[in-house]
Amino acid sequence: MSRFSESLLVLALAGLSLSAQAFDTYKGLGRPATAAELKAWDIDVRPDFKGLPKGSGSVDLGSEVFEARCASCHGSFGESNEVFTPLVGGTTREDIKTGHVKSLVDGSAPQRSTLMKVATISTLFDYIQRAMPWTEPKSLKPDEVYGILAYLLNLAEVVPADFVLSDQNMAEVQKLMPNRNGMTTEHGMWPGKGMGNGGKPDVKGVACMRNCKTQVQLVSSLPDYAADAHGNLAEQNREVGPARGKVTGNREAGKAAESISENARVQQLAQSTGCMACHGVNARIVGPGYNEVLARYKGQADAETKLAQKVKAGGAGVWGSVPMPPHPQLSDADATALVKWILSGAPAK
Amino acid sequence: MTEPGQKPGRLRPAPENFLSEAEVKEVARQGASSRRNFLRNSFIAAAGAMAAPALARAAEGDPNILGNPPWTTSLGMPVAANPYGLPSKYERNLVRRESPGLTRVSGSSVAFTPLQGLFGIITPSGLHFERHHQGWHDVDPSKHRLMINGSEPGFLKTAKVYTMDDIMRLPSVSRIHFIECGANTGMEWGNVAVPTVQYSHGMLSCSEFTGVPLRLLLEDCGVDFRKCRYVLAEGADGSSMTRTIPMEMVESGEVFVAYGMNGEMLRPENGYPLRLVVPGVQGVSWVKWLRRIEVGDQPWATKDEAVHYIDLLPDGQHRQYTSVQECKSVITSPSGGQMLLDTGFYNVTGIAWSGRGKVTRVDVSFDGGINWQVARLEGPIQSKALTRFNVNWVWDGKPAILQSRAVDETGYVQPSYGQLRAVRGTKSIYHNNAIQSWKVSETGEVSNVQVL
Ligand code: HEC
Ligand code: HEC
Repeated sequence: MSRFSESLLVLALAGLSLSAQAFDTYKGLGRPATAAELKAWDIDVRPDFKGLPKGSGSVDLGSEVFEARCASCHGSFGESNEVFTPLVGGTTREDIKTGHVKSLVDGSAPQRSTLMKVATISTLFDYIQRAMPWTEPKSLKPDEVYGILAYLLNLAEVVPADFVLSDQNMAEVQKLMPNRNGMTTEHGMWPGKGMGNGGKPDVKGVACMRNCKTQVQLVSSLPDYAADAHGNLAEQNREVGPARGKVTGNREAGKAAESISENARVQQLAQSTGCMACHGVNARIVGPGYNEVLARYKGQADAETKLAQKVKAGGAGVWGSVPMPPHPQLSDADATALVKWILSGAPAK
Repeated sequence: MTEPGQKPGRLRPAPENFLSEAEVKEVARQGASSRRNFLRNSFIAAAGAMAAPALARAAEGDPNILGNPPWTTSLGMPVAANPYGLPSKYERNLVRRESPGLTRVSGSSVAFTPLQGLFGIITPSGLHFERHHQGWHDVDPSKHRLMINGSEPGFLKTAKVYTMDDIMRLPSVSRIHFIECGANTGMEWGNVAVPTVQYSHGMLSCSEFTGVPLRLLLEDCGVDFRKCRYVLAEGADGSSMTRTIPMEMVESGEVFVAYGMNGEMLRPENGYPLRLVVPGVQGVSWVKWLRRIEVGDQPWATKDEAVHYIDLLPDGQHRQYTSVQECKSVITSPSGGQMLLDTGFYNVTGIAWSGRGKVTRVDVSFDGGINWQVARLEGPIQSKALTRFNVNWVWDGKPAILQSRAVDETGYVQPSYGQLRAVRGTKSIYHNNAIQSWKVSETGEVSNVQVL
């Protein structure tokens, strides 16, 4: 027995040392990346600007591109709260001097905007370049990213209206970021040695077992008016076992659950085709809410065919100047099913 | 995630309107339903479903016994009727759900795991919580690539590209770990905001993952571990999610690139065909649809570690790079939004976990934290995995407040709301690991409350 475990130990050690010099061990697996491949994917930009592409863009250019590619979701001035929290707002000239955004302390801003929080300008360049516009990520040229960033910083009065942001002056502008001094790594929640206090927790409970306090201070409970906000809890709990869900909210919703079928399928289709990125069931996103579409076309005999064609072909002008992109990959049957579903109130089940 | 202001003692008014004004009025008009109401409702439902003569025969015995049900007196379904098996139709209530009003668009949102109905420690793959920043895709595995490169060419011998074929030929490991979003329970920092454990704690799942230790891949590329103390992980989706991981966790062998989850391939919503597993660290670091690993000598301050997943303190500073999910527990049954059937015996059950290692003990209180008793832990207890606990309880029909408190192998004790807020305030959004309280009222209704 002891011999057996010894040999196991030897094996384990052998495994360790093998992997320590594993270069070239896994023969035939993986291959060197080409320079073009590295260039295509290695687009990250670090706080020290490693990875920053050459280029420049003016506030004017940024304003144009932003209006065309970003404003539909973020508002013309990055102020919109419709699709995401505002990009701009809540910072002052005083913050630009101190590098600490005061409204984070006094709560004077209704929302924590992006510029209130971000300390590093590289973060914004990197993110806009990799992920925006949301529905067409990685479609911006570096000069456009510089321009957009200049425009956003101009809205926050960090740079003047005639400013041109470039790879050459990013480091200078970094020194003006309103919340540049707002980050700390003095905590115990970084699982490595490079930052923080080495893992020391800031808060500690006490494992008291008996008579731990004299009274129970109940400081918060779910307000009555919120009891129904999450629908019928009876339909969110198992119908067998030690408890049942409380009957709340919309009591009708569950009744139709048996007939999931078609509506659920089409809803899933709307999700997977990306329709839901631009249309809410009850809210405008980039395009009209389905409720608005229903209200406009209710009872019109030809609406189904007309709208199915429009979904496939795309187009603008009915709801505003923002166009809906075409959906050529959608079959006629699916386009019709989607429109039918929208015109029946876009039910979930 | 959203970052609303908070009013103590009231439902936090989320910026995107938690409830519309009309909804608020409607809710106020209906009022909260009492247990009697609840029982009447379920009685009506049951009576509707059952055949009427059943009642008449009740005196002789249970009609379910006296008259054999159809499944005992007829032929059942053939094999492979469902080539990919599905839960019973009676389980349809337990599905992932969004929390109304939490986010504005479902492509950047969360669907919560129904913890209230789950057993043991493994989350069924179809119920694993979802959090996407730019929607999800079903990525073609034959076209998926993993690239490994360095911030400087000299940081490794060879920058390499691996196909899924390559990765699935390498030596693999299978390990059970929890994954929790850093914002789990984030809606509750200031006050109670949601009714059930699905919404309060459901950005939490636990699975067996299978894949290749990242250390092995880095060694295969000849990485200079002395120079490279940080790793960037990047996804292949539109957001190309990026997060910084400490090299120490890679060197320890814990971090791995996973393709398997609970015995099959990852689900598309969870990163098919490849995701990073970073045990004990908040879910956002477990980059899905993993396409690239870069080794470097500095952290990257990516959007989701410089604008989000930063923890606002009362003095206006944000803690950056807070990655570890500290020790936490919650009772899942009974839990908020449920009604106890009756007085009498209950097996109170819940889950505990720690991003710093193994859970060593869970204490449960029935009186709001005045007195505690030690719960039974179900084995095997694994590092950075969920641990199931159980404790016996006889409910005497009197009001009670149920709490659980976990302790991990570092000696860390899960804090109360009072202890947590004294240091971190209420605006931090992330890393809320406070003791959860469920109030049981005389009617048997269980509701979400906070105790200092
Ligand atoms: C179709 C809607 C849409 C469009 C168009 C769009 N965005 Fe966004 N944007 C979003 C959403 C949704 C998010 C949040 C993504 C997430 O949760 O990770 C976001 C996030 C951002 C953020 C990060 C904000 C933060 O605080 O995390 C920036 C910066 C941004 N967008 C800039 C832009 C720019 C610049 C453009 C135009 C080039 C643009 N967006 C176009 C929807 C859009
Ligand atoms: C990138 C955003 C975007 C996507 C994705 C999108 N739409 Fe639209 N949709 C719009 C806009 C913008 C309009 C308004 C167009 C107009 O004013 O004519 C619109 C309009 C519509 C209308 C009303 C058309 C009319 O003439 O009144 C329907 C119906 C519709 N969309 C359905 C869909 C369906 C179904 C899908 C998925 C296959 C989809 N949309 C995907 C942006 C989008």
